[in-house]
Amino acid sequence: MVEKCIKGRVWKFSDNVDTDQIIPAKYLVTGDRRELAKHAFENVRPEFADDVREGDIIVGGKNFGSGSSREHAPRALLGAGITCVIAPSFARIFYRNSINIGLPLVECDVDAEDGNVLAVDFEDGKIVNADTGDVYTFPPLPDFLMKLLDVGLIENTKRKLKGTNG
Amino acid sequence: MTIAEKILAIHAGKSSVSPKEIVDARIDYVMVNDVTGLPAFEVFEEFKASSIIENTVLIQDHYVPNKDVASAEQAKSMREFAGKYKIGNHFDVGRGGVCHQIMIEHGFAAPGRLIVGADSHTCSYGALGALSTGIGSSEAASAMATGELWFKVPETQKFVVDGKLGKYVMGKDIILHIIGDIGVSGSLYKSMEFYGSTIESLQLSDRITISNMAIEAGAKCGIIPPDDAVFNYLKNRVIGEYTPVYADEASEYDDTFEYNAGEIETMVAKPHLPENVVPASEIDVEIDQAYLGSCTNGRIEDMRAAAEILKGRKVHPDVRMIVVPASKSVFEQALRERLIEVFMDADAYVAGPTCGACLGGYMGVLAEGERCISSTNRNFIGRMGHKDSEVYLANPAVVAASAVTGRITDPNDLESS
Ligand code: SF4
Repeated sequence: MVEKCIKGRVWKFSDNVDTDQIIPAKYLVTGDRRELAKHAFENVRPEFADDVREGDIIVGGKNFGSGSSREHAPRALLGAGITCVIAPSFARIFYRNSINIGLPLVECDVDAEDGNVLAVDFEDGKIVNADTGDVYTFPPLPDFLMKLLDVGLIENTKRKLKGTNG
Repeated sequence: MTIAEKILAIHAGKSSVSPKEIVDARIDYVMVNDVTGLPAFEVFEEFKASSIIENTVLIQDHYVPNKDVASAEQAKSMREFAGKYKIGNHFDVGRGGVCHQIMIEHGFAAPGRLIVGADSHTCSYGALGALSTGIGSSEAASAMATGELWFKVPETQKFVVDGKLGKYVMGKDIILHIIGDIGVSGSLYKSMEFYGSTIESLQLSDRITISNMAIEAGAKCGIIPPDDAVFNYLKNRVIGEYTPVYADEASEYDDTFEYNAGEIETMVAKPHLPENVVPASEIDVEIDQAYLGSCTNGRIEDMRAAAEILKGRKVHPDVRMIVVPASKSVFEQALRERLIEVFMDADAYVAGPTCGACLGGYMGVLAEGERCISSTNRNFIGRMGHKDSEVYLANPAVVAASAVTGRITDPNDLESS
């Protein structure tokens, strides 16, 4: 189950963060979250892997997660303890992958700096920047995706298989 | 309905769909490669599914021949999975090549089909009139188990290119020109459809280059209405039947873009985004490596375009040129046409099919500060090696001309010099 409200510290990124930046190709020899997390953002923010804390939030620019289809990218972020990624727009495969494996994404243009604390309410579609006091709203995910995020693709598929197999 | 809308409607068993609607659709093929395969196999086991859909394709291409023990284990997991579930469509080293080229060559891709692959450039098969798109590993596993997947119906943008292309201007230049115009998120979540006299006159390989790079504009797919070029290619090749799908006269497009082919030059995308496009003639940069290959431009037509320039010439002494035909059959054809001889006489290094250098995996990785002119599709930070190396994207003729001079060069300038 994904939490309905979270609070976390911000890591700020710019536009077009691609999956090669999130997890460089040379580490694509495992699917293990924790292992992948050790190399997250290695080329662009070498301090990330050491300094990231459970519950942190990523605030990106437009087209976050562009590039390859590697599910290793959202897996690495989950492995690093990231609980939510907020960006004005996402690349579509990254979007699908994240929802499928239970990493919540929020489409919203938020002003925040490294270290700011954000509170995100997924149900009400509200973000508060505790440092600046600014409040942002976003349309919650469509029902279908909300359920998928909640249950997870794996469980969802199991249920489907049971249904069709009687 | 547009082509993408129609294909989704047909596969969802509906008479019509509209953009942004979420549908469950039946898929015709699902493909994974050696990198995205392993996580998919692990997830598949969790389903405890009683069977796997027949239309599963497994292709070893990213890190094969294995570059180290970890990649060897990864490749082995694919072999074992193929054995356990008796998957005939498993292309191992020596029998296949770069996944998208294999999907096309072996007749999996065909008009009207809905194909998913755990690789972002799965959009390549749009050149044959299919709706094909990249997905993640977990959902590839889900598709293998259920034969279905959820899709959000995309909005469609129409791109019309008319007129005659100049010498050495290829499909690569058309798509780079378009991405330069609309940007790397210009088609985010959308379907690109390509029309016009220029597109119709293109050989299939150039069309594949265009569809291949639709993802570089953020698109879900890049579809070209199929014609005789496609039907002829598929004769004696395609597996099963297929039904071409075309857009209705009254289709609704999100946007329409028009281009004049005469204004499109040989283009180069500078680091670190495919949208940083300038004409090759306007850029003067020294290079250390020239790479010809990949699912974007590793076909026989690309080999011919480069060989035409390299014939009787030498690669500049300060440059390494690497040539990687995208598949076994491209390699064989290049041998038959004696193109491999041309490359080797020019001092290029020729290797068997693999993704290798294209994603900075192995075999052609760049050192700090090095620059590569490349026929591939991505020039992201560190894409082909060190984070401070640089990749310039161009068509095969520009790659070859640049290899000869040691600087990024428009082949048209090479002729006059
Ligand atoms: S050739 Fe390059 S872009 Fe194409 S599938 Fe292989 S790694 Fe990806």
